[in-house]
Amino acid sequence: MMEILANFFGAFLPVWMVTLLLILIKVVAIVLPLILLVAYATYAERKIIGFMQVRVGPNRVGFKGLLQPFADMFKLIFKEIVVPAKSNRFLFLIAPLLAMGPAFAAWAVIPFSDGMVLADVNAGLLFLLALTSLGIYGVIIAGWASNSKYAQLSAMRLGAQMVSYEIAMGFALVGVLMASGSLNLGDIVRAQSGSVFSWFVWPLFGLFVVYFISGVAETNRAPFDVAEGESEIVAGFHVEYSGMAFSIFFLAEYANMWLIAALTSLLFLGGWLSPFQGLTFLTDTPVIGLFFGDGIHWLLLKASFFMLLFFWFRATFPRYRYDQIMRLGWKILIPVTLVWIFAEGLAIALGWKPWL
Amino acid sequence: MPEIRNFTLNFGPAHPAAHGVLRLVLEMDGETIVRADPHIGLLHRGTEKLAESKPYNQSIGYMDRLDYVSMMCNEHGYVLAIEKLLGITPPERALYIRTMFDEITRILNHLLWIGAHALDVGAMTMFLYAFREREDLMDAYEAVSGARLHATYYRPGGVYRDLPDVMPQFLPNRFRTEAEAKRLNANRGGSLLDFLEDFTNRFPGYVDEYETLLTDNRIWKQRLVGIGVVSPERALQLGFSGAMLRGSGVEWDLRKKQPYAAYDKMDFDIPVGVQGDSYDRYLVRVEEMRQSNRIIQQCIQWLRVNPGAVMLEDSKVAPPKRGEMKQDMEALIQHFKLMTEGYCLPEGEAYAAVEHPKGEFGCYIVSDGANKPYRLKVRAPGFAHLSALDEMTKGHMLADVVAIIGTQDIVFGEVDR
Repeated sequence: MMEILANFFGAFLPVWMVTLLLILIKVVAIVLPLILLVAYATYAERKIIGFMQVRVGPNRVGFKGLLQPFADMFKLIFKEIVVPAKSNRFLFLIAPLLAMGPAFAAWAVIPFSDGMVLADVNAGLLFLLALTSLGIYGVIIAGWASNSKYAQLSAMRLGAQMVSYEIAMGFALVGVLMASGSLNLGDIVRAQSGSVFSWFVWPLFGLFVVYFISGVAETNRAPFDVAEGESEIVAGFHVEYSGMAFSIFFLAEYANMWLIAALTSLLFLGGWLSPFQGLTFLTDTPVIGLFFGDGIHWLLLKASFFMLLFFWFRATFPRYRYDQIMRLGWKILIPVTLVWIFAEGLAIALGWKPWL
Repeated sequence: MPEIRNFTLNFGPAHPAAHGVLRLVLEMDGETIVRADPHIGLLHRGTEKLAESKPYNQSIGYMDRLDYVSMMCNEHGYVLAIEKLLGITPPERALYIRTMFDEITRILNHLLWIGAHALDVGAMTMFLYAFREREDLMDAYEAVSGARLHATYYRPGGVYRDLPDVMPQFLPNRFRTEAEAKRLNANRGGSLLDFLEDFTNRFPGYVDEYETLLTDNRIWKQRLVGIGVVSPERALQLGFSGAMLRGSGVEWDLRKKQPYAAYDKMDFDIPVGVQGDSYDRYLVRVEEMRQSNRIIQQCIQWLRVNPGAVMLEDSKVAPPKRGEMKQDMEALIQHFKLMTEGYCLPEGEAYAAVEHPKGEFGCYIVSDGANKPYRLKVRAPGFAHLSALDEMTKGHMLADVVAIIGTQDIVFGEVDR
């Protein structure tokens, strides 16, 4: 596909332009489906939580409310962006972009299937860590520039929360890279091939749990949503934002949720690898083999499962208090990861299975 | 070096956790509360003053609107004060109906409280579960009085009318298919008492559901245990009543201590807390819901086998029957007099209190012998509770303030009056 395009453009364009064009095409091919996923994640959230709360959820726009995300989008586009009088105008307007940029840029290194990746860099994991940390600048700047005490409190809470959970998250990732011996996400997935039992979720179960919990905290979703806890600080950092500026924050939050969901599946659940791997009577059958074999659909399914967990948490749990979140991060999650990494290191040094 | 100062946060009146129109001025040291200053009066409607310009019966509707989540209990307090001054006692059936509807109201109030409290603490599903059950009880209100919220059902001398023999039915329409309407009508085949009995059989299961979501939930406990602790002595000094007082371990319930209506014939327990924190108050209220359910069941049993009048046969306070009015000139005149001029209370004063879902709700009436009160004073439990907000929140964090507002079960209709 890419070769055909390259040959087509190569006929009348210089080489560097062809490369640039191809990259742009790939970016669009990633971002557009991502935005669609985000839009329908909001719909799914409302439907699923609606189901859990014995109500209907959106069902008016389109068949079963399927066009609701677009209705919301149009509504938000046509709303005025109100800039508070005493805010810092420049920072106020640039903050949503700073939040969204990293949330989308991180997808550059995500392999969707074997070899299906925009940038197959070797230090993919480091790149991800760097970008997910950058995302909080947008939020902190938004909180500060709004000139609102609620927003400022929220930014302070979020800053502290992100820093603490970044550590637990980083340690969980260290465990993964020790197990796979690589920072490249593609290699990490390939190191899990074999069967369901060679996925990292089994030997690294503790890290898996810690990683996902930190991921929930990182995207500040319930029960860690102190930064926007509507019953305490109204909406937190985006209390002063309206229209498109608000929806960009929203977009960034959901893109981050998908990112965490995709990463958890890549790092611990074998990404695009099929759980039926090794069962040749299933994977080699002509038609159903397409489904039971490896492929992007498995990544999507696994990521969707984690999205479901996100929604489920939100419908079930009360919110943590800010200091309790900190305690959970520093006193429980980080020690768990440390012990786990130590045990894993010992196993590797002694040459125990599964890391020979 | 810059001076470090506390900062002031204006919490409300349009805050999602302000339970209406609470305006709190919080002085904060970072996230910690140094001082919480509740400002009230944003929902002041002058109920007490309005009552001075109306015949007694016309103020019953205002009582509904005081604490607008426990309507009939407010009416009960007011009606009781009038009856005390008149020296009348309603027929026994009316007393049982009042008891039953007081307890229905208590469940209504506690359901709203558990929903709002959980929502404040961040568990939003609770709210919708609670409203699912409230819907049934609201239908009971509607069946008996015609209004779902502001019933105006209690009257001096009894209640407005007897319990209906049929429940209103759902009809199919554009949004509701035949099958769905049938499903909704499933428990509406019989009388109101059948409908309520069905509810009381289901309700303990619902409370179990709430408890599985909250009671042993680690986060819920972390958010409530040790928050807003009030010692029993301090609770008495602050004028607490109801669940706020019982949560602190003081066994005080007007239904037991000075029984009114038919409470002396009821078998129920008073739950009492130990620590005096928000979690204990939560447990007390949840148990109160179960006890209320028991009382309703007992009332249903009694009301089934004891038909009779629900209003005094006393033309001084009770309007004549509809049928008589069509035939009898004197009855028509009497009706006209009662509905316009009302009745006069003997000179004197009376205070009557009921165990309202939130605490002791009392009405103090001073009469100069006219057909309207010279002065009406409403003792609202929420006012005393809110006054203690500063003491309860001091040293806690911002998120705890919200939890404490929730645990106080504040409704501004009665605080501001």
